[in-house]
Amino acid sequence: MSIAAAFEVALAAVVLGLGIWTIAVRETYSATVGFVAYGLLVALIWVRLDAVDVALTEAAIGGGLGGVLLLGAAARLRDAGPTAAEAPGKVVRVTAAILSVLTAAALAGAVLLLPDPAPTLAPKAVANASATGLANPVTNVLMAFRAMDTMLEKVVLLLAIIGVWSLAPDDAWGGHPGPRHQADPLGVLVFLARLLPPIGIVVGIYIFWTGANHPGGAFQGGAILASMWLLAIMAGLTDTPPVGRRWLRFILVAGPGLFLVVGLGGLWFGAAFLAYPPAQAKPLILGIEVAMILTIAATLGLLLAGAPERSVK
Amino acid sequence: MSGPTVFGLCAAVAVGLGLYGLITNPHPLRKIIAFNLLGSGVFLLFGAVGRRGAAASVGNDPVPQALVITGVVVAFSATALAIALLLRLFQKTGSTTLSSGAPPNASSDPSGG
Amino acid sequence: MSLVRDIITIAAVSAGAFFFLAGTVGLLRFPDTLTRLHALTKADNLGLGLVVLGLLPQATSLRDGLKLISIWLLGLLAGATVSQLIARTARQGEPAK
Repeated sequence: MSIAAAFEVALAAVVLGLGIWTIAVRETYSATVGFVAYGLLVALIWVRLDAVDVALTEAAIGGGLGGVLLLGAAARLRDAGPTAAEAPGKVVRVTAAILSVLTAAALAGAVLLLPDPAPTLAPKAVANASATGLANPVTNVLMAFRAMDTMLEKVVLLLAIIGVWSLAPDDAWGGHPGPRHQADPLGVLVFLARLLPPIGIVVGIYIFWTGANHPGGAFQGGAILASMWLLAIMAGLTDTPPVGRRWLRFILVAGPGLFLVVGLGGLWFGAAFLAYPPAQAKPLILGIEVAMILTIAATLGLLLAGAPERSVK
Repeated sequence: MSGPTVFGLCAAVAVGLGLYGLITNPHPLRKIIAFNLLGSGVFLLFGAVGRRGAAASVGNDPVPQALVITGVVVAFSATALAIALLLRLFQKTGSTTLSSGAPPNASSDPSGG
Repeated sequence: MSLVRDIITIAAVSAGAFFFLAGTVGLLRFPDTLTRLHALTKADNLGLGLVVLGLLPQATSLRDGLKLISIWLLGLLAGATVSQLIARTARQGEPAK
């Protein structure tokens, strides 16, 4: 067994061990921490699978922002009464175990029985890269070949935000999401929140811009921008904007809106919905991505801020 | 045993673990975590399939990669909505129980959290 | 020349891995939060620095090398801040001694 293979087996074993610990540990807070570590190690697996774009997304959104979400919720729910009394009985546990083992075995069987040689769309994706002029095949697929999926995904983000905002209590309708954070103005958190966001914004925009030809893209860059915004909010340097503000809602709609407009333009002036004219494909895609990254950053940040809790004075 | 196969099997076990955690853990936040575990296992399965489709100087088939990127973002937004619901439930009733028979907590503070 | 580069990489990354191991041993064996944080921060920052130092010979251009160094500096910044915040919270949680 080569060193690389041994490393892969060890990585998979550690990831599964963490997964088992996350499910089995008693304390909810510990399970959250275990899940964050799990997410970061899964990002390593993605690098090992040669899918660096996905590794960036998993580390930023799955492990990073998802971890913040879960840690915040675990901290707020620490005062909740224990639900251990409702732990299911033996019969349910055994049935669930059997069901899980069957599902895992079926999937494992499917993995071992995958067809060889494997069917793949990689040659077609690379061959058609001249349609957009971008060198990153994943960005090509996301923004050109399966652009419909990406557009609908932006709409899903919008729906999630509407869902979260609709949970506001009546007196806080249209108000500020989340609590007002305070931090010692001379303390370390404020220092970090003053120092890191300029660097983080440059890094986020760089990762977005380089996604045209190298691993990266609007989602990863947007997640970094969102986390810089959240850092400033958590240090008390700025407050969450009231959700009723028009400019905020405009930013949230700008991404899917521009996508839709370009798509309809493709229908009117071109061959089909979301068909880019070959000469203007690259500027159109980059323009859509600029609107996308703003929307993604705003949406991810607001999803993390939560439902409105404080009314606008 | 090649890389994609190892990670594909790892993904299958992760799906099983997530399913078990989703069914047996009574606390809703643990259910959400188990659901995320399940989701990441499914994505890893896509990744293993994509890796086997490496060709034409691309290390991993870009189409499953794009689907997984979309999936990660959608899973995150679903988790965010679920946690917002859970926090609202906690605000209204003062407990996180999902069983319908529990009486509402009389001392629940509507603005607490 | 590439042999020398590979030797430097292997030596530095192994030393970095050893420091990470030492930090983890400290995490597991030290008695309370503050000592554990101390072990983690010191050993992990040094370990990360050694790993980055070991990867520098493998960088293909000056830009890649600068990116590696900036990763180390950002890791340093984040680690220092977070351990300070955890330590302050741990200190506040303890009964007055």
